[in-house]
Formats: sequence, C-alpha cells, structure tokens
Amino acid sequence: MRFALIGQPNCGKSTLFNQVAGYRAETGNFPGTTVTYTESRVRVAGEVVEVVDLPGTYSLAGTNPAERETMRYLASRQVDVIINVVDASRLSAGLELTLELLALGRPMVIALNMMDEAARLGLEINGPGLEQELGVPVLPLIASKGRGVKPLFLRALRLAKSPDEVKVEKSIRGGSFALTDPAERHARARELVQRFVRSGERRLSWRDRLDDVLLHPLWGYLSLFLILFLFFEMVYGVGAALEGPLLAFFDGLTAGLGQRFGAGTLLSELVIGTMQGVSAGIAIVLPYLVPFLLGLGLLEDIGYLPRVAFLMDALMHRIGLHGKAVVPFILGYGCNVPAVMSTRTLEDPRERYLAAAVATLVPCAARLSVVFGLVAFYLGPVAALSLYLFNLFVIALTGRLLSRVMPEDLPGLILEIPPYRLPTLRIIVQKAWFRVREFVTEAWPLLIAGSAVLAALIYFRAAALLNVLVRPITWTLGLPSATGVPLIFGILRKELSLIMLGQALGSTNFDAVLTPVQMYTFAAFVMFYIPCLATLGALKRELGTRSLLSIAGLTVVVALLAASVARVAATLFVGGG
Amino acid sequence: MRLSEVTQGTWVRVVGFEGGQGLRARLTQHGIYPGDRLRVLRVAPLGGPFLVEANGREVALGQGVAAKVLVEVEP
Repeated sequence: MRFALIGQPNCGKSTLFNQVAGYRAETGNFPGTTVTYTESRVRVAGEVVEVVDLPGTYSLAGTNPAERETMRYLASRQVDVIINVVDASRLSAGLELTLELLALGRPMVIALNMMDEAARLGLEINGPGLEQELGVPVLPLIASKGRGVKPLFLRALRLAKSPDEVKVEKSIRGGSFALTDPAERHARARELVQRFVRSGERRLSWRDRLDDVLLHPLWGYLSLFLILFLFFEMVYGVGAALEGPLLAFFDGLTAGLGQRFGAGTLLSELVIGTMQGVSAGIAIVLPYLVPFLLGLGLLEDIGYLPRVAFLMDALMHRIGLHGKAVVPFILGYGCNVPAVMSTRTLEDPRERYLAAAVATLVPCAARLSVVFGLVAFYLGPVAALSLYLFNLFVIALTGRLLSRVMPEDLPGLILEIPPYRLPTLRIIVQKAWFRVREFVTEAWPLLIAGSAVLAALIYFRAAALLNVLVRPITWTLGLPSATGVPLIFGILRKELSLIMLGQALGSTNFDAVLTPVQMYTFAAFVMFYIPCLATLGALKRELGTRSLLSIAGLTVVVALLAASVARVAATLFVGGG
Repeated sequence: MRLSEVTQGTWVRVVGFEGGQGLRARLTQHGIYPGDRLRVLRVAPLGGPFLVEANGREVALGQGVAAKVLVEVEP
C-alpha cells in the first residue's frame, strides 16, 4: 500500500513526512534531475504503508522538473491514496493544486496543515463545509507539533481499504471540478475561500518582525552585509584551515610518487601532473566548496536568499540583471564553481548566460591569493584594494555592455518570498551533496586530465612554445615572455599563476624580476582572464559548449582591456608619484 | 493606476496586466490574477522591487513588472 504526500512548496509536507518516517527513510532523486523524493515505511494500525514525500509543486502543469516528476510518479506508480497537504494559512493558493488533483479522480485526503498559523492570521476555516463541497475528507493538521497526524493516516488507510466509500466521481459536485484552465481554478479557489474562510484579526509573529529588520531600507542592507561577512569568514576559515595540511600532504605524496617513477622521466612527470589535478580538487576546491555549499544551503533553507534578491534588485538592474542574479555574483567571491552552478535558479537563458559571465569575472578565493601574494605583499594593501574596486567597476561595465548587446525580453523580477523556516540538516546536507557530486564527476576529471596534458607539454620542452603562443598577450601588456607559462597554468588553478611565476622567472623575490607596474598588470590580468578548468567544466554543464567558449573568449578580451588600463594607470601613478 | 504608483501598506485590486503573454503567464504562475486583492507590504529603496501579498503568498515584483500591473485602490 502506498500513500503519496503532495502539496505546494513550504506547505509542511516534509514536516509531516518526518513526523511519521522512521530512521530508514530513503532519499532518491529522479533520474537526470536533482529533484528528490523520499520514501519510508510507516506502520498505520498494524498495516505497513509506504509513504512517499513528493517534491513541492504549485500545479501539475509540467513547466518545471518538480511538477513533471510529480506527474510521472503519479502516473507510473501504484499510489493508493493521495494525501494532499495544504497550507491552511495560504488556502486559496493551495486549493488550486487541490482542484487539479481532484480532477485525477483518485482516492484523496486533504490535510489542512498549519492550522495554528492560520489561527494566528485570524483565519477561521469551515472544514466540514469544505469537505462536503469537495467530496473528499478534509482533516486539520499541525504537522510541526504532530497534531492530527494519526487521524489523518487512519482516515487515509480507511479510504485505501474501501476506495468506494469516498470517491471523487461519486461526489455530487465532483464533475464541476475538472477545470482545465488555471484561471478558472484560481477563481474557483478564491470563491471557495470566500465561502469557507472567515478572516479576523491578525497577530504579528517573529517572522513578520524579522522582515521588518531584514528587509528594512537601512537595517536590511546592514544585516545583509553582516550576514555575508560572517558567511565568508566561515568559508575562508574552514577552507584555509583544511587547505594547508591537505596541500602539504599531497605535495609530499606527489614528490614521493614522482621519485618512485624516476625523476625527470615522462612517466613521473605524468604522474606528478595527474596528482596535481587530484590534489587541486581535494585540497583547494573541496575545502572551500563544501563549507560554501553547506552555508548556502542554510541560507537557502531558512529562506534568506530570495530576500537578498529583493534587496539587491535595484542595484543589479544597473548591470542589466535582476535581483535573483545576485546569488551567483556573491558566490563568485568564494569559488566560481558553485557560482556558475547557482545560475540554474534563473528562469531566462539570457539571464543565466549574463549571470554566469559576470560570476566568472568575480575574483574567487584563489585569485585573491594572487592579488595578495603579489600586489598586497609588494605594493601594499591600498594597491590590492584598488584592484578590487577596479574589478567591481569592470564587472559593472561588462554587465551593462552585455545587456545592451543582448536586449532583455522579460520585464523584470517576479520572485516568491517564502516564509522563514527553521533549517533542516538533512535537506541542507542532501543539497550540498548533490552539488559536490556534480563537481566530483563533471569538473574534477577535466582538471586532472588537463593537469596531465600540461605536464606532458612541459616534459617535451614545450614551455618555450607555450610562451610564444601567449606572447601576443604578454607583449601587449608589457610583461616578460616567461610569464606565459604561469598564465597557462593559471587556467588549471588560479593560484598556480603565482606559484609557477616563481619557477618561470627563476626567483620568488618578485621585486627583483618584475617592476611594480608589471606586477599590478599581471594581477589585473589574472583577475579576469579565462576561469579555471573546474569553472569551465561547470559552465559547460550549465550552459553548453557554445556559451562556455564565448564566455572564455569574453574573459580574455575583458582581461586584456582591463589589464591595459591597469598598466596605464599604474604607470601614471608610478611616474607621477 | 499602476501598482508601481501605490504606496506601502495599501490594499489594491488587480484590474489587468499590460505587456505580453509571457508576463501574464509568469504572474499567474505566482498566483496573481486579475480580480485578486493585493497588499503592498514593502517597497525596496532606490527603485527596487515591490513586495506584495496575494492570497497569502508573498511575491516580489520588480519596478518594471509593477509598472505593468494595473490596479485600483481598495477602501
């Protein structure tokens, strides 16, 4: 026997599920998507029932993956009873899905969840009246407190055993619910609410007060700044603490392996190259990526991210994007990989492309290390800060120009701001895991292969050749020819630009081999040009090969122009000072 | 009048939408149909979006969108 929980996002479906599910709840994802469902065996009055928690969906129209999968599940699997969970505090919206489900003519129970919240809002719902009108059982529920759970499942069980007892087809008015037009369903739901809900005085809760601060014209932005600051502190803190030891471990391992295969042989160079790719994934990307995704999942699960979009919409419009695109932008400062991944939350392909292009121009943690190691260390913190401000300026300019080239066809932001929720660890971990798995299976192999290929190139003394290839760029920027190889290695891992620079120039005392103007120009170029291989992999997956190539090309052009400007500015500054 | 001209805290009724089918479809997907009562909960500064409550759902509408939603003020 199987019961399926179906309801709109944030209706408390999963809360209900967690109330009844044992520890052995199994999570699966629909093939080819990250849309998940969870299944568990539950004992109801001596019977073992499979309960499945389907993804939250507003309708069965099939316009997004969650809707399509819910439909597919209902069509293909044996579902004895549909338990339609409806948020009683948002009854009108919830009933639209209910009307759609009723049209399926399957045995169904409606659970009016969050009755306490509805009472707080001053709503008085006539459950029996609704039950009579709709022809299916309507039961009150407060899933968060476990109230009404047992009667609900007992009712569903009774229905499953005698499906003839209550059947939609048999209900007198059942036929009139087969509304195919969403506007009709909407009107019908509104009418039902008018008839069966009386609204009284609304009591303010901490949720309303929270938004009074977090969406406030002044405090909202201060809170945003503080929250993001703490978020990055956490990510950098965890990342840096793990990166050092892990990198040391892998460097030792790589050196040992290299020696074992005989120093200087092709095989040993290949092994070292491969190991560098492996260690880049484990020691440099994952230590930042994992805390990043967990933190992001937390902000997402609480419901804060849409509020960031609300606050930042006006600002993002100036660079041709909407508020939603602020998420990839912010994420970019940690690592471009999750930034590019997060563009999938944007509906419009143009917006996705623009947001991804902008996100790859944001200096990630690795590029930060180049700016710090070169510019801040030798030229001072003010010079480093000036580069960051310059970066923001270039991003804004690029965004503006791109949005001119690609005129928008959608008039702007339409975004649901969900109520705040207490976070669920299981959901946060699950989401982070799916994203980490994508990195591990998609981007990382690319990183390892690229590493090995470069090692082979170096072995065949192709360094000089590589320098010649990159010479047009290094010459334009007035950089020594030997900086070519570090720049190419930077495509693998951004901080390699700095590490390899020492090797290429034969000194890690950059003061002796580069002029201040050259250092500044080099760092400016590294800030913008081609994102690292892991990011390229993410770009390919999210946007396809064509967009990947055009974005990579774009970053080279932007980097060349920006570094040229930086060079002129630095020259003037040095000359003048 | 247009939703973009409404001040914070006002109740309005949606009269209709300007613009194409795409905008209409996106608004209705978020539960906003002509005839609905909306309340403007907040307006973000510097030409930012409008936060409206419609049928118990809170939806943020950018300035451009709000300017295309025709409303009349409810008493």
